[in-house]
Amino acid sequence: MKLARRSALLGAGLTILSREGRAEKKYGPGVTDTEIKVGQTQPYSGNASAYGVAGRNQAAYFRMINETQGGVNGRKINLISLDDGYSPPKTVELVRQLVERDQVFCLFYTLGTQTNTAIHKYVNQKKIPHLIVASGASKWGNPKQFPWTMGWQPDYHTEGLIYAKHLLATNKSPKIGILRQNDDMGNDYVEGFHEGLTETLKKFIVSDVTYEATDPTVDSQILQMRNAGADVIFNVTTPKFAAQAIKKIAEIGWKPTHYLVSVAASVGAVMRPAGVENGQGILTAQYLKDVTDPRWDDFPDVKEWRAFMAKWNPTANVLEGSNASSYAAAYAFVRILKSCGDELTRENLMRQAANIKNMEVPLMLPGIKVNTSPDNFYPLQSMQLARFEGDHWVLFGDMLSRHKG
Amino acid sequence: MEFFIQQLVAGLTSGAIYACVALGLVMIFVSTDHINFAQGEMAMFATYLAWAMIDVGFSYWMAFVCAVLLAFVGGLFIQRVILKPLETAPVLSLVVCFIALLSFFNALAGMLWSFTIKPFPTPFPPKDIFGNGLVSAQQLGIVAVTVIMLGILTVFFRYTTLGLAMRAAAQNASSARLMGVRVSWMLALGWGLAAAIGAVAGMLVAPIVFLDPNMMTGILVYGFAGALVGGIGNPMGAVAGGFIVGVLENLVGSYLIGNELKLSFALAMVVGVLLLKPAGIFGQVIVRRV
Repeated sequence: MKLARRSALLGAGLTILSREGRAEKKYGPGVTDTEIKVGQTQPYSGNASAYGVAGRNQAAYFRMINETQGGVNGRKINLISLDDGYSPPKTVELVRQLVERDQVFCLFYTLGTQTNTAIHKYVNQKKIPHLIVASGASKWGNPKQFPWTMGWQPDYHTEGLIYAKHLLATNKSPKIGILRQNDDMGNDYVEGFHEGLTETLKKFIVSDVTYEATDPTVDSQILQMRNAGADVIFNVTTPKFAAQAIKKIAEIGWKPTHYLVSVAASVGAVMRPAGVENGQGILTAQYLKDVTDPRWDDFPDVKEWRAFMAKWNPTANVLEGSNASSYAAAYAFVRILKSCGDELTRENLMRQAANIKNMEVPLMLPGIKVNTSPDNFYPLQSMQLARFEGDHWVLFGDMLSRHKG
Repeated sequence: MEFFIQQLVAGLTSGAIYACVALGLVMIFVSTDHINFAQGEMAMFATYLAWAMIDVGFSYWMAFVCAVLLAFVGGLFIQRVILKPLETAPVLSLVVCFIALLSFFNALAGMLWSFTIKPFPTPFPPKDIFGNGLVSAQQLGIVAVTVIMLGILTVFFRYTTLGLAMRAAAQNASSARLMGVRVSWMLALGWGLAAAIGAVAGMLVAPIVFLDPNMMTGILVYGFAGALVGGIGNPMGAVAGGFIVGVLENLVGSYLIGNELKLSFALAMVVGVLLLKPAGIFGQVIVRRV
């Protein structure tokens, strides 16, 4: 123990010396000449553990960066990825541990809406970069109040709005049923959807039913929507309930126009288990290439991703959408770290993250680029609609976003 | 009216699922006097075993029978290896042990088969019984299997020597021992049977809720509610309780309080029943000499 403490002191002394020696390098906590410590929480166990594949895939991605490129500007990424079981109190405890004991440089891709909400204030008080939050809630893009938090994917609010616009353009008097998870995600989507319908057209909603993430099934809710006379449903669910809903709707011989949110539109995790024949014609919005769609097979980024999966994460199921989205996010994160150069301070990291100009990220749909500015903390904002045909999603229409849509 | 019948049928289907889980709970309670929190996860794990067997080419019924047998042996094994050393331990140690089993099976299933949901085949044809979309063969099948299981268990506990010996061992171990019952093995047998019932329940549930390691967590809570409402001391009561909870939860949720409060309603029912009739609606009050 004594020895360890002494060598730690010695190490600290050396760091100070070397910092003075080379003035151009500036390091924040968690960064040395050889390492960048990055913290993350993921649901490896518990209710949402299906999403935990993201953390495993990113660990593999950083291993690849460390071993083939020697890390980022010569510093290896040390990802400390902890299991919060998707439970907010646990997330708070673990993030405190990451910040105060492990002294991580920043947080990256912490997963979940409630879990990130629980640490939102804390990380901003402590001024810890909280980047590429793995949740589509719209609250991650609020640089005035929360200058240390930045989201990633197109937010739920925008996506909900896109569906409403498309619906109004194609159906003059829809009868809408909404099935939503009773939490922040569900509310965010539905608020965006309401905004798209506008105040006067909200009367089109004939049924708005909720379920709890702990409910065994959503059968009863599906029947309630049909009974209310809905001919369009807006399905705001997580993968398991989405699959149940798709199957149940087919079982009772109901054929409404079906909008399915992107978080539950994975081919491998939802559409196939639900039965592809039951999913024909369902609509969703995408910002990533659907890697199960053969039309993308010859694109260099998809080929590279496949090679990566085969070599560095061979046991993962490539049909799970998280393996593609988490890869793209890890790529962008490495690019942001690279752009910091040798000035690896938390302030500079946020500065770099808030000044991205037209960054191209693998697996994004053609035409989608990442853009941020000091008052735009929404890196991705465009999506394109897709329809389920055969065994994959087929894109149609223009690129839509909050402003253009 | 059609809506009412549909909700009633949906309620009966969920009720049957809760009843199956409740049966497993009762099984262990009757034979060991404990409540097994890992019941749901054991059922889930057995269902995964069946899935894995079907995946390598077993027929459905082959896999069904093998999974039930494996679950029986597994339950026996758990009791012999893990719980036997704790036979004289206080109840709290056992509760901790059950919770440990719960997270163990959950994590093991996730590690072996990943957390992505999987479709599970059903032995019932995808058919409407009355041709009007009200009752599917799957729904009728679940209710039927539950009732059959209940019948077998009732006969077993009432009329067979082994069943009586098991009940005796649970309720008064020392007297049973004096009568020549091998108490320790009766407990193990109870675990084996509970695990086997769990396996059947899991395989019935999986086609509806999809197979994943967290498949039973939500259901177990309702299973408890069913068992407690009906009376955790007898199989008939537990099954009736499961159906009552399933139907009331659905109807009250659809007509009165909305979907948000369904679980709260089930738990309020438990509290209400425990306050008014602690042994459950159909339970017998057992008076014990001390």
